[in-house]
Amino acid sequence: METMLKVEEVSFSYNGKLILRDIHLKVHAGEVLAVVGPNGAGKTTLIRTISGVLSPQKGLIQVAGINLARLNPTQRARYLAVVPQARELPSTFTVFQTVMLGRTPYLGWLGNASAKDEQIVWRVLRSTQLEELAERRIGELSGGEQQRVLLARALAQSTPLLLLDEPTAHLDLQHQSHLLNLVRQTADECGLAVLLAIHDLNLVGLYADRVLLLVDGAVQSVGTPSEVLTKTNIERAYQVSVEVITHPKYGTPLIIPDDNGQASKDWSIPAAVENLTSTQEDHFAEAMFSSQRVFLAKNYSPLYSDERFGVKGKRG
Amino acid sequence: MNPNPQHQPARQLRRTHPYLLNIGVLIFAFLFSVAVGSVYIPPKSVFHVLFQPILGNDPNTVPFYSTILFTVRLPHTILVCLTGAALAGSGAAYQGLFRNPLADPYLIGVASGAGLGAVVGLAIHWPATVLGWMSVPVAAFVGAVITVLLVYNLASVNHSVPTTTLILAGVAVSSFATSLTSFIMLRSKDELHRALAWLLGGSTMSGWSPVWASFPYILIGLVVLWLLSHTLNVLQFGEEQAQQLGIPVERAKLAIILAASLTTAAAVSFSGLIGFIGLIVPHAIRMIWGSDYKHIIPLSILGGGSALLLADILARVVLAPQVLPLGIITAMAGAPFFLWLLRRAKNQLYW
Repeated sequence: METMLKVEEVSFSYNGKLILRDIHLKVHAGEVLAVVGPNGAGKTTLIRTISGVLSPQKGLIQVAGINLARLNPTQRARYLAVVPQARELPSTFTVFQTVMLGRTPYLGWLGNASAKDEQIVWRVLRSTQLEELAERRIGELSGGEQQRVLLARALAQSTPLLLLDEPTAHLDLQHQSHLLNLVRQTADECGLAVLLAIHDLNLVGLYADRVLLLVDGAVQSVGTPSEVLTKTNIERAYQVSVEVITHPKYGTPLIIPDDNGQASKDWSIPAAVENLTSTQEDHFAEAMFSSQRVFLAKNYSPLYSDERFGVKGKRG
Repeated sequence: MNPNPQHQPARQLRRTHPYLLNIGVLIFAFLFSVAVGSVYIPPKSVFHVLFQPILGNDPNTVPFYSTILFTVRLPHTILVCLTGAALAGSGAAYQGLFRNPLADPYLIGVASGAGLGAVVGLAIHWPATVLGWMSVPVAAFVGAVITVLLVYNLASVNHSVPTTTLILAGVAVSSFATSLTSFIMLRSKDELHRALAWLLGGSTMSGWSPVWASFPYILIGLVVLWLLSHTLNVLQFGEEQAQQLGIPVERAKLAIILAASLTTAAAVSFSGLIGFIGLIVPHAIRMIWGSDYKHIIPLSILGGGSALLLADILARVVLAPQVLPLGIITAMAGAPFFLWLLRRAKNQLYW
């Protein structure tokens, strides 16, 4: 299998703080490597470093055997494409115009698109099921559709490597699986190498071939989803207790938070609330009018201690 | 290739017709501007004088029409047209570069900086030749570039330029430059007259010299901006994404700033301070014909030329024979027009 992305001993520091330490990783053609890790572990920094927005103080980044440090931005954009999170997009651009911007590294002086460029854009629009939306403005689209437009723009760059920065972060269930299915499909069919930074650990097993667990800017563990997403690894990385079960259909690991034993707590109505006098009950009903407050009262009974609400149980 | 081939002709029409319309309006405004003045020259005679070598002599044309046209009306009209094109073209570029609808040469202080540079340039005794006049836009250009870099650096927060800091920095730097301008003018004696005349709108500068002196700068600046229109499109997605799409962002930004400041400086050097054109024309274009900079830049250039010509005609006609400062007309006629457009565009995305 051909190695598309090779990262060796890459370190990056900002304001004297080491954000990435000695990162080693490889992504092969047709492979999806998921990068997971807690907030601030350096996932986004890793993507920005590989894409050339940040330059590492140390290390080597190669795409298809070419040292990226030697390329200018235009050349680099022919080797790798980035799918950012769909935020603050210029709302007046049409879907077609936006996807066409993916052809930028191939355009001439005036930025005029050739017939071939248009052909590629229409093909990408078809494969991402955006054809019908081609003339719509991005501001009129849903978050899931906007994210798909950015994926299409990256695919229009016709690169051997695709980097995705938490593309499913703001999407609902349907759009999450739609988007990741598209990514998986392109990797399988076109031999695209994919590096996917993602938060949702349960999606990892379903769509990624391998997982890299990043903690405090260093690689803690790398391997297949079931090798990496173990109870010990996750509890150590995220400082939270979890249970790992297997997907009933695919056998991939599923992670369920155990919330430091909070889950087993008794959620019945606390005694102080149960034993109210009728007047106190009226007051209490008023105070608990919104469902949010009922939720709080049930789950965090210490907040509803006697002093705070001025209500006292019969015992008080 | 295109799944909706029947839409192709319609799209083609939408692409070409704004240019035909804008060129038509520009020609109309140009002829109107040449015809109107203390002596009215009928459009037919204007044609005959302009195309005399082709059409031959016309018996109905009064001989001194030719003198009026070539020594007074034509240079004035061309200068106004160039100024409008420069201000609107650079305004569109600044809005795209800063990704900010309020950016215009005046609001972000570039024009005041150019003004300061121009006054410094005027304070030096250059010979009153074309070459002497050309030193004024150079001084204005230096002032404009220093100002825009200063404002940009003061206003940028984490690699982006938020509206609030941009306007605040622009207003502060702009008033500083304006106060320095006034200070220099108060301190100088002989140069005061020239500088004051310039500040009032440059109407005292007549003849072809200012046209020849500003034309090369405006032409170069606008051509560069037009070449950078695809880059402006990509920049709308932010600098990071632009770089990932293959744009050398820092170099592109510098090129846009230099080109836009050059055109602004050349326009300001010979026409004084004329506000509002750089703001309303690009927005009007955007509201009507969409947000593709490949069209916004050339259409703003055409539209800016006609808008300032029409304003100039009003300035000469309203209280004739008195000539009003152009800035008053652009604001008085431009603001209501802009508000009307804004209201019309309320329910649709345009920025």
